[in-house]
Amino acid sequence: MGESVKPFALHLALILALAVALAVLPPYPATMLARILVLAVFAMGYNLAYGYTGLLSLGHALFLAAGVFAAGLSAQFWGLSAGPALLLGVLAGGGMAAAVGLLALRTAGVSFMIVTLMFAQAGYLTILYFGPITGGDEGFTLPAASRVILGFDMSTDTPRFVAALFLFAIGLLVSLALVRSPFGRSMVAMRENEERSRMLGINPFTVKLAALVISGLYAGAAGAAYALLFGYAGANFATIQYSILPMLYVLLGGAGTTIGPFLGALLMFVLIEGTSRLARLWPVLEGMDYFVIGAALVVLVLFAPRGILGTLRERGLKWLP
Amino acid sequence: MAFGPFLLLALMEGLVTAAVLALAASGLSLLFGVMRVVNVAHGAFFMLGAVLAWAVDSVVPAPPALAFLAALVIAPLLVASLAAVADGLILKRLNYDPEATIVATIGLLYMIQQATLALYGPNANPVTAPFELRLQFPWFGYSGYKLFVVVAAALVLLALWAFMTRTKAGLIMRATQVDRTMARAFGINVDRVYMGTFALGAALAALAGVLIVPIQQAHYLMGGDPLLLSFIVVIIGGLGSLRGTIVAALIIGLSDGVISMFFSPTLAKIIATLLVAMVLVFRPQGLFGAKA
Repeated sequence: MGESVKPFALHLALILALAVALAVLPPYPATMLARILVLAVFAMGYNLAYGYTGLLSLGHALFLAAGVFAAGLSAQFWGLSAGPALLLGVLAGGGMAAAVGLLALRTAGVSFMIVTLMFAQAGYLTILYFGPITGGDEGFTLPAASRVILGFDMSTDTPRFVAALFLFAIGLLVSLALVRSPFGRSMVAMRENEERSRMLGINPFTVKLAALVISGLYAGAAGAAYALLFGYAGANFATIQYSILPMLYVLLGGAGTTIGPFLGALLMFVLIEGTSRLARLWPVLEGMDYFVIGAALVVLVLFAPRGILGTLRERGLKWLP
Repeated sequence: MAFGPFLLLALMEGLVTAAVLALAASGLSLLFGVMRVVNVAHGAFFMLGAVLAWAVDSVVPAPPALAFLAALVIAPLLVASLAAVADGLILKRLNYDPEATIVATIGLLYMIQQATLALYGPNANPVTAPFELRLQFPWFGYSGYKLFVVVAAALVLLALWAFMTRTKAGLIMRATQVDRTMARAFGINVDRVYMGTFALGAALAALAGVLIVPIQQAHYLMGGDPLLLSFIVVIIGGLGSLRGTIVAALIIGLSDGVISMFFSPTLAKIIATLLVAMVLVFRPQGLFGAKA
């Protein structure tokens, strides 16, 4: 196989394998896999900002929540059906990212992390402040009528799995195409050496803003899909925890690799599920999932800052996109 | 109650918040100033201080005042040792890279929180105040302990200031802050300075936690709000500037007291977080900092 065909073949094989897995797995693990796929879309968006463009954000929960609530509230109050609600969610994520980016991208590094964190926190508090509309901490359940796309009811298993896989496949292929495009190379140039790319005539602000907006579109899509597929919208999606999770997935799978975010999300779910299984044997481990997340973060930054696929790419698999 | 006394009450509550905040935030500010790192686990150290104060209070068979005094010494020391270990095992190996440190301290925060949940449980537990004193104003009675907190915080901050400006250790820390390479060239063990600074910062957070626990119960998630507010204070005051931190703590504490009393606490926090984001974007040196 030629060097340019390999990546495409790998991505198609992954999508195919996931389709088979969703078809043959029993309902509980299959539903979990659908959740992983939706969160992987979120992480892929995060990866475009952090892994490729070098923008370490602590505020992506805001973009996710924008998607969740744009879809959820429009379904709840305007009776929007799932298709338009999803589209609205995508746009809300992108719009929110544009608004945050216009201000936050004037800073860099640690300041950028804190500014995005503060915006996300303000967003979370705003959702709580308007509790009577947003449901506050409790959230709300989406009306069943709004969870239908093209006649398929998303509250039943098969359509839900197909929709999750479809969204994931689009996200994966778009991100593959994007990082191999000239624009993708400009994104990497921002990460590697912003000053030099400025001298080559690339405007760093424009590239970074565009990357952040694309990242926000992914987050919005994931948020809206999560609300529509699993029927729930709540303020917890805006908590800092949902900014940390995609970072963790990306760091674990490999920042700046297209499949890394999915791999990281999958492994983290397996790890946490494994811990809660063990907790049934040893009750000491009860509710230790956050401990696992914390330990994973520390171990990753200390010993494997490039993540799994990043390390593999370093060790010979150079063609990994 | 008329508006005047109401405002007075709001300002007094705000002053207590400001005192505790100044203490916690000065620790964060110290870390940023000397080590150029942001410690996300700072709120967890605050929480550990409070929880350890409860533990000491329930173990030591002494009158509340003595038990509290013991907690005031033991809790910050234990937290400082934990911080020193974390510094040696994690932060030092990361070479204090700013972004990696944030990620690692997020991990540390989760681990401390979850370990506390496992060992201490999900309940909030009260600690008896070291003394019972009620100051009677014409319009309302006020807890004497709360005023003690303000005085204690002021004394600690004064001691910190004297330590930084009047002792050799403080001089070494300031030298490291200005130029770590030059400090190393002059034979200063920068690694030890960093470990000491990290421990001192954590101890300040823990001390704030001990002081607050008779007012607010000890709970494993209590570190979130102080962390956020400390961030706000440190940024508005100018990263690394102790004086700026204290001024900012007063402003944020008092306005938080007033806005929370007359409007809503959530609204007060929304305004403060947005303000901080704007300050970082448009005035990165802080409102009072001279330059970055």
